[in-house]
Amino acid sequence: MPMPYYVSPEQMMQDKAEYAKKGIAKGRSSIAMEYADGVLFTADNPSASLHKISEVYDNIAFAGAGKYSEFENLRKAGIRHADLKGFMYSREDVTARSLANGYSQSLGTIFSQEMKPLEVEILVVQVGTNGQPNEIYRISFDGSIIDEKSVAVIGGKSEAVLAALKEKATGQLPSLKAALSFCVSALDQTPNQKLTPEGLEVAVLERSRPGRKFRRLTPAEVRQLLSA
Amino acid sequence: MKLPYLPNHDEPSFFDFLSQHYPGLTLGRTGAGPLGNLQDPSRAGGPLSVPHATTVLAIKYQQGVVIAGDRRATEGFQIADRRIEKVFKIDDYSAMAIAGAAGPCIEMAKLFQTELEHYEKLEGMPLSCEGKANKLGQMVKANLPMVFQGLVVMPLYVGYDLKRGEGRIFKYDITGGRYEESDYHAIGSGGKDARNTMREHFQRQLPEAEALTLALMSLYNAADDDVGTGGPDLVRGIYPTAKYVTAQGIADVPDDRIRAVFDGLIATRRSKES
Repeated sequence: MPMPYYVSPEQMMQDKAEYAKKGIAKGRSSIAMEYADGVLFTADNPSASLHKISEVYDNIAFAGAGKYSEFENLRKAGIRHADLKGFMYSREDVTARSLANGYSQSLGTIFSQEMKPLEVEILVVQVGTNGQPNEIYRISFDGSIIDEKSVAVIGGKSEAVLAALKEKATGQLPSLKAALSFCVSALDQTPNQKLTPEGLEVAVLERSRPGRKFRRLTPAEVRQLLSA
Repeated sequence: MKLPYLPNHDEPSFFDFLSQHYPGLTLGRTGAGPLGNLQDPSRAGGPLSVPHATTVLAIKYQQGVVIAGDRRATEGFQIADRRIEKVFKIDDYSAMAIAGAAGPCIEMAKLFQTELEHYEKLEGMPLSCEGKANKLGQMVKANLPMVFQGLVVMPLYVGYDLKRGEGRIFKYDITGGRYEESDYHAIGSGGKDARNTMREHFQRQLPEAEALTLALMSLYNAADDDVGTGGPDLVRGIYPTAKYVTAQGIADVPDDRIRAVFDGLIATRRSKES
């Protein structure tokens, strides 16, 4: 009987992590950034129909980077989790924290038990109402979960984009207009061609909206915000 | 891809997801429940009789549809609730009114709300008006086992069809059959009385104010003749509720507006008595 080769657990985890990181870095970046009235999402996404940003529940949104099929699956599972909880208990019992925990558990288990880890990095964001702070959770391919403050970047050259955003940070929450132009200029420095409003996916979780707070911004609105 | 710790399912329907994975939470649970072996009293006397003390109605008008309902819930000969709401906003362009057993009715409205929102979020676009009406039909059909135990849910669905640019009214039967009404409809124990009033006074393309008056007058007449339907409660200030379903979305008719219409109706009736 042939003996399986021995691979040390450290080596195996390292290989998997490298594989996943490579897959995530291949794509383009998405940003979630707090602004005065909520949270702004900006993604470099040339497709108008394949979304990277999505509504999950009343005040919760999701952003994914990496392999589309994989984060799309996570997104759907998250919506199911949220709708089930809201139906069983009450709408206010659906929280980003519990959703982020679910994602973290799933990604962690898949990372350690499956041959191929998921090549995804996701954001779960909840806009705070009634004086509550916003919550931004970044969850990596291995299930590690990071509670981000004010801004988070996933996918592509995320570190370069984050550095560009940090440079512009003033310590105060920007207006929607300012936040959008920060994000666009930070995204703009990496690709070879200039970003157009059509090549951007922009959405907001707007604190002042009643009920479902997620709203997509059309290219026309983005152009108007960026020009004026 | 199976995701541990998160619900796994493939289709965009929340109702199907619940039925498969959480059957205890959904409508029309089959099998011998605590009521399963009871002799059904409604079948002892011949054909199935459907208890549904209520009047809810919908009328088309120029801009869309007005949907209205009374506020009374009964338990046998007792009044169980004077303020129950029977007209629900389901999403931005649809509303439904219910007749039947209050618990399952409210549950179905909540499930239908979640269903439409769930589909919209998963698929990235809302269901068509027709699609929503069909889905509700399937839910009514799923409730059929409960009907034999006396728990009827009878919805009246109203949606604004953005593609056609018109409001639409759908009625159902207990087997989930779905029928579109062209002008107006009313269901519940006072439904026939309300339909009689609407038949006399309905015209196509009524202005908004007249459509509301006709809706409230029909409810008033139904309450006059039907014990299961609540009229305006002048002492407590409880009036029927109504919503407009138009291209601008769903709008509640303000209470003082409804009260003013009833004041007018009552004054007219009173002048006939003296």
